[in-house]
Amino acid sequence: MIRFTDVTKVYPGGTVAVGGLSLRAPSGKITVLVGPSGCGKTTSLRMINRMIEPTSGTIEIDGRDTSGLEPNELRRGIGYVIQSGGLFPHRTILDNIATVPLLLGWDRRRARARAHELLERVGLAPELGRRYPNQLSGGQQQRVGVARALAADPPVMLMDEPFSAVDPVVREQLQDEFLRLQADIGKTIVFVTHDIDEAIKLGDQVAVLRVGGTLAQLAAPADLLADPADDFVADFLGRDRGYRGLAFTEAPALPVTREPTVRLGAGADEARRVAAGEEWLLVVDADGAPAGWVRPSALVAPVGPDDLHRGGTVARVGGSLRAALDAALSAPSRRGVLADDDGRLVGTVRAQDVLAEIEREPSEAAS
Amino acid sequence: MNWLLTHLDEVGGLMVTHAVLSVIPLVIGLVVAVPLGWLAWRYRLLRTPLVAGTGLLYTIPSLALFILMPLVLGTGILDPLNVVVALSVYTVALLVRTVADGLASVPDEVLQAATAMGIGPLRRFFGVQLPLAVPVIAAGLRVAAVSNVSIVSVAALLGIAQLGSLFTDGFARNFLDPIIVGIVACMVLALALDLAILAVSRAVTPWLRVGSPA
Ligand SMILES: Nc1ncnc2c1ncn2[C@@H]1O[C@H](COP(=O)(O)OP(=O)(O)OP(=O)(O)O)[C@@H](O)[C@H]1O
Ligand SMILES: [Mg+2]
Repeated sequence: MIRFTDVTKVYPGGTVAVGGLSLRAPSGKITVLVGPSGCGKTTSLRMINRMIEPTSGTIEIDGRDTSGLEPNELRRGIGYVIQSGGLFPHRTILDNIATVPLLLGWDRRRARARAHELLERVGLAPELGRRYPNQLSGGQQQRVGVARALAADPPVMLMDEPFSAVDPVVREQLQDEFLRLQADIGKTIVFVTHDIDEAIKLGDQVAVLRVGGTLAQLAAPADLLADPADDFVADFLGRDRGYRGLAFTEAPALPVTREPTVRLGAGADEARRVAAGEEWLLVVDADGAPAGWVRPSALVAPVGPDDLHRGGTVARVGGSLRAALDAALSAPSRRGVLADDDGRLVGTVRAQDVLAEIEREPSEAAS
Repeated sequence: MNWLLTHLDEVGGLMVTHAVLSVIPLVIGLVVAVPLGWLAWRYRLLRTPLVAGTGLLYTIPSLALFILMPLVLGTGILDPLNVVVALSVYTVALLVRTVADGLASVPDEVLQAATAMGIGPLRRFFGVQLPLAVPVIAAGLRVAAVSNVSIVSVAALLGIAQLGSLFTDGFARNFLDPIIVGIVACMVLALALDLAILAVSRAVTPWLRVGSPA
């Protein structure tokens, strides 16, 4: 656990970057610091590994006051990831990852073996290890940054807007991978971002800071959305809080309707027969995964990929209420497609059934 | 060019001396300029006095500096040490700014990352910052090398033998051949040093010549 007790940082010149911050980042969990630009997120983060010394207050890691530890030793035990990785341009990917193990005195072979292992862990091909950072895409560099921070298996990781330099699609991918990785390794993570959506997606708990470096609210994401402490937090959270809050409620046993389907390539007559007068018919691919909706009445040839309406999202059975509701709202038939963990079609659900579920358990949706 | 053929040994010897007198100060100057450049990079207040101050040294006429050296060093006028020290001064004059610029060219987040990983200041400097500053420093070094080759020849006026002696010799005897040979030899030497520095700089910066993301 990392514990801030009444920590302040006043920069020369008088800027109060952090103004009396007290909070705990529990072990094995992701604590996100979020807030507008200049609210002291980076300063707070860097006080943990003493790249910045607090003006007053104490920071403890697992009960030990960091001010009594040798800074470089402290830092070797704390993974640190920054925007675009901060990789060493003059070292190969493997050497980058092996940096801290080598500093800790591991022999070269063991450090390289560890680097290889981590490269795979973050989903990069082994042959990338011999390249230099400028031969990797932004997303790949970011993965290397995470691998490098994990190299010596530190219990604590600090991450300062690690995913903000990549495009939204890659960012989402990196976030998902990061969550999967964390589910495995269970590090104590302090994660800084100015993106509230990222905070809500990644945080086990979210600390909203205001300019001047004070804590506006510290809560689990669902609680934050359901019950913002004040107008500042509410504003910062933005619109659609009710809808976004549904992302944290698992859809329990929604009434699933079996859906008549045809395979891609089925003839127009077959499609019309199966649809039995319905305007929209669901098409699945050879693996039984939903491919899209088609209007049988408009078919003149067998169902091809070009005939498909692809606007509908697919929700996972046992996923969130938000995903289920969105699936229903986005389907042209208004029947939300549900799939199992392998992506195969299970059935469909209607918006009214999802809403009924939301109304049935209002308290759960807010917890 | 019969003259060259009959004096090949002599010209070769002068060229070697010339090269030694150019290169040793280059090395000394670099070794001195690195800490000074670091100070100029690290402490804002020192930058202007250090960069401008050392830069000013370059404006001292070389002949004057060669003549002053024995007074300062207590050496004989013919001592090659005078040339070595004087040229080291010029090299420092050229390189302090270059080193400071080179260090400043290293991205801040790279240094932050190094610090965050627990790499101490000395290791960070030699292991991260200096290697990354090589391209900029090497560019300055090439200028200094060419400048040294040309300034060394002035020392011939004091009687220190190197390729410059061919100029004084040819001039004294009103004989063009040695002068032309001297000029060409100087150019060849300058070019060779320039290419050597370029080659070394490229050899130690392999990451700069790899393709972009595949
Ligand atoms: N070295 C410094 N000297 C003086 N003031 C500083 C220094 N570093 C940061 N500040 C100031 O302290 C405040 C907090 O800065 P900090 O970098 O912690 O903010 P941040 O929340 O990380 O912002 P951003 O989202 O823009 O990264 C800002 O007002 C900033 O200008
Ligand atoms: Mg910041």
